[in-house]
Amino acid sequence: MNKVDMTHGGGGRAMADLIRDLFQKHLSNPVLDRGDDAGLITVPGRRVVMSTDGHVIAPLFFPGGDIGALSVHGTVNDLAMMGAHPLYLTAGFILEEGFPLTDLERIVWSMANAAREADVQVISGDTKVVERGKGDGVFITTTGLGVVPKGVDLSVHNVQPGQSVLISGTMGDHGVAVLSKRENLRFETEILSDSAALHGLVADMLAAVPTLTMLRDPTRGGLAATLNEIATTAGVGIALDEAQIPIAPDVAAACELLGLDPLNTANEGKLIAICPSADAAALLDAMLLHPLGQNAAIIGEVTEDPAHMVQMTTAFGGTRIVDWLAGEQLPRIC
Amino acid sequence: MAGQRIEVTGRVQGVGFRPYVWRLARKAGLTGRVLNDAGGVRIEVWGSQAQLQDFADALQQDPPPLARIETLRSYRVTNPPPRDDFIIAQSGGGPVTTEITPDAATCPDCLREVFDPADRRYGYAFTNCTHCGPRLSIVEGIPYDRARTSMRGFAICADCLREYQDPQDRRFHAQPNACPACGPQVWLEDTSGRIACTDPIARAAKILGLGRIVAIKGIGGFHLACDAHNAAAVQTLRDRKNRVAKPLALIVRDLTQLDDICHLSDAEADLLKSPAAPIVLLQKRTDAALPGIAPGLDRIGVMLAHSPLHHLLLAQCRGPLVMTSGNPSGLPQVTDNADARTALAGIADAWLMHDRAIVNRLDDSIMRMDAHAASTLRRSRGLAPAPVYLHDAFAKAPPILAMGPTQKATFCLIRNGKAIPSEHVGDLNIAETYADFRNKITLFRDLYDLDPEVIAVDMHPDYLSARWGRQLARDTGARLIAVQHHHAHLASTLAEHQIAPEDARTVGVILDGTGMGTDCTIWGGEILVGDYGGFERRAHFQPIALPGGEAAVRAPWRNLVAHLRAAFGPEWRGHITGTPLAHRLAPRPTTVIDQMIEKGVNAPLASSAGRLFDAVAAALGIAFAEQHYEGQAAMELEALVEPELCATGYLIALSEAGILSWTPLWQALIADLIAGASPGAIATRFHLGLGDALVTTAAQVATSAGTNRIALSGGVMQNRFLHQHLWRGLGGLGFEVLSQRKIPANDGGISLGQAVVAAQSA
Repeated sequence: MNKVDMTHGGGGRAMADLIRDLFQKHLSNPVLDRGDDAGLITVPGRRVVMSTDGHVIAPLFFPGGDIGALSVHGTVNDLAMMGAHPLYLTAGFILEEGFPLTDLERIVWSMANAAREADVQVISGDTKVVERGKGDGVFITTTGLGVVPKGVDLSVHNVQPGQSVLISGTMGDHGVAVLSKRENLRFETEILSDSAALHGLVADMLAAVPTLTMLRDPTRGGLAATLNEIATTAGVGIALDEAQIPIAPDVAAACELLGLDPLNTANEGKLIAICPSADAAALLDAMLLHPLGQNAAIIGEVTEDPAHMVQMTTAFGGTRIVDWLAGEQLPRIC
Repeated sequence: MAGQRIEVTGRVQGVGFRPYVWRLARKAGLTGRVLNDAGGVRIEVWGSQAQLQDFADALQQDPPPLARIETLRSYRVTNPPPRDDFIIAQSGGGPVTTEITPDAATCPDCLREVFDPADRRYGYAFTNCTHCGPRLSIVEGIPYDRARTSMRGFAICADCLREYQDPQDRRFHAQPNACPACGPQVWLEDTSGRIACTDPIARAAKILGLGRIVAIKGIGGFHLACDAHNAAAVQTLRDRKNRVAKPLALIVRDLTQLDDICHLSDAEADLLKSPAAPIVLLQKRTDAALPGIAPGLDRIGVMLAHSPLHHLLLAQCRGPLVMTSGNPSGLPQVTDNADARTALAGIADAWLMHDRAIVNRLDDSIMRMDAHAASTLRRSRGLAPAPVYLHDAFAKAPPILAMGPTQKATFCLIRNGKAIPSEHVGDLNIAETYADFRNKITLFRDLYDLDPEVIAVDMHPDYLSARWGRQLARDTGARLIAVQHHHAHLASTLAEHQIAPEDARTVGVILDGTGMGTDCTIWGGEILVGDYGGFERRAHFQPIALPGGEAAVRAPWRNLVAHLRAAFGPEWRGHITGTPLAHRLAPRPTTVIDQMIEKGVNAPLASSAGRLFDAVAAALGIAFAEQHYEGQAAMELEALVEPELCATGYLIALSEAGILSWTPLWQALIADLIAGASPGAIATRFHLGLGDALVTTAAQVATSAGTNRIALSGGVMQNRFLHQHLWRGLGGLGFEVLSQRKIPANDGGISLGQAVVAAQSA
């Protein structure tokens, strides 16, 4: 038994074995170990957040991470962006017939590590197997539950003109790392994904600046898409200063070569923070002190703009529209 | 005694047409009246048959310089004359739409006054009359009168008011009328403030003579000027503006200053002297001493002084001045005094300013003579907002707003059967330009009282113009219509030639850079058959990968790799061994480009004509690493063409599937490179080969489609050699060939095309 076969999703013994010998072995904790259909938890009059996120990525293993760690970080970060303290995850696996169990174990092991580091427990899981050719190895859906500390109220609807916009580090690392691994493109240095759980950073930020207005993680679509989403939802404009946006030199070089814009490229361990401008310096200090915020920067401000545009002052002194692309980057030059 | 009512349409309001009629009528001894109405100008006259005949003849002979009569219809009236004199009556009957006219170069009468020491406007930089002066550039709203222009802050003096009220005066109802006593003033500044001097224009001329750079507030925006013969000054201007290679325009006092610079035909001289005073592209003399003005090109752009300020300045300068748009490279021309101080700090040494605000930014228009007629490459100052008269069938069209492309942005209104394309707005990806675009739409909707029922956009989901159009459609409830890019080019050509919709079936040879196709791939070398309402794609260029998307547009070597790979396969390197090309490509990361193409990583396929030119240019080492401005590679490639060098071009054939493929072209071109053929010979063979293939293909498609009409459009038609080759070749075969003339063949013409397609579909 070294490959996933259809029996692993069949609900019989093979599946129970897989759960016990692989998932439970790594994700073991009291709630999960009870083996119930759902994890039972006590909510003592707290504000609880839940979020779910499906993870589909090719390749499954990439420099700086894999789908296992990503499935933890992705959902934990969704909770963290609400200012929550993440507590529990559930995980749904869709496995493709023929997938090597050793690879599956690597993924689950990585998931367990990520969960341990993030101090969350995977308290329920599900496994389905699809026929060969009907999946892409492994898909993982995780659902997370966390509690929001008293007084914390992060929401895009609180965003106001005049507030400052910060990011926690370099842009585009994850997207370029995954693309170059998938397509086997070789660059001078190996670019690593930034996949990481951000709630520790968020806790430090909230402790330093309780007036923090909102957080968002710029994942798919990158900084450009996420800021456009914020501008549209909050009904504001956003003005960025290109010179302040940190981009790792190797990522910049790879993007240049591939013709990609790092601002449209995915991140998995970075956040965007918006806070009153008076508190921006304090927030930046708190971020810089955290290992995941070492390259944090104040990159711009929220503006009044009836057209809800994101704009960026460029090195030449002009201002370019940071556009919200419909899909892949298609040339617009005529 | 007989009576006649004459209705005149066209550009007849705000151009001195009524006083002209008044003078004619009084001279002929007629009675009656003249007035503006909703359709144009209405004349009611009574007199003898002979008098009326003389009057009617005279009416069309010598209209005011800015007037343009579209139609003139006479009706007999039977009632007796109501009065015994001839008057200019109050406008009447229905909503009057005083059309905003384009800005016009200083007329000879005003110029004489400016240089006449005895005249009260001697040396006055803002002299104008009904025949000339600022118009769209100063308009804030309608109706067009002084209170709704940037002249509103200048209280008119008694002398000027007398002229304004006197029908016999050429300043009758001239809204921007001004004189030194009451009008705008000019001054000179440097970074430390105003320079005290009695004659700021003379001082500016002196500073320019010293090789300095002066920012000059013109009609539609600020320019940056320097002595065109001073190579060091030109280089300094390029360095400070960060404008590496893009050609710089010149301004001259009169045509004699062009004698030792360029060749000039009568038609070109007429274009230069027209009221629009555009930049005209002229053949540079090979011995012209103009270092750094238009590197690598055989043509230069020249305009004539077109405002009194320019005339006064140039009268005191040694020779021609460089007159380039006042902005850091890539940004819109600044229009505001305060912005000019900050945006041009570090570029200009001094600022020649004035206090008449520029309301609407208007870049200099660009025109040239091409295939025996004038064509427009950029339509702005002096040309916009003149309407484009459409075929009568469009009279029934609902009010339409077409949003245009995303670069070379224009928008276009259709109202009462007329199309009104906006001036050139520029690249919408620049935030300042995009804001300007939205403001101009608001102004035009106000000026033309347009509440669009239909909004037309390009099919490209990421064009900012389309994004704003979708927003406007949501806000106003207007119907949204998406128009394919190359169909819009075809329709734009049909529209300006007033082709009747019921008989509009035409072959379109549409060549440009990139546009979104109906199959969601990128198009750009298209032979279409269609009319206003629809089209079919009958033939197209072979799709080639664009490795890096927009990066491939900036860096022609990427396209070269893509073309070589498409022609020779993954082993393409073996086919170019020993050529200079192989050496040039060696240090480039071509293996990554190979991988991107092979795996389809950000390497969309495009049947682009523009990229074919880039690849061929790069093969000759032209703009190999980077294009410093749009079209650089293609323009420098065209400049190498010497038709006398070769009689035949590379063989390019159409496949059964209707695809023009490039493998034979590259085989022959590489063989030429290996044989040591000159770049001029290769450029010529490429142009001839492509031209012949397009003539054959277009003729074939026209014959099979059963139409005799072929339209040529798209930005690549700015290649004069190729355009003339197609025009002559297809014309020689007996086809009716339509080229874009008043409207740019480049994306500047897209909005008009979208508008008429929407009108036909609505």
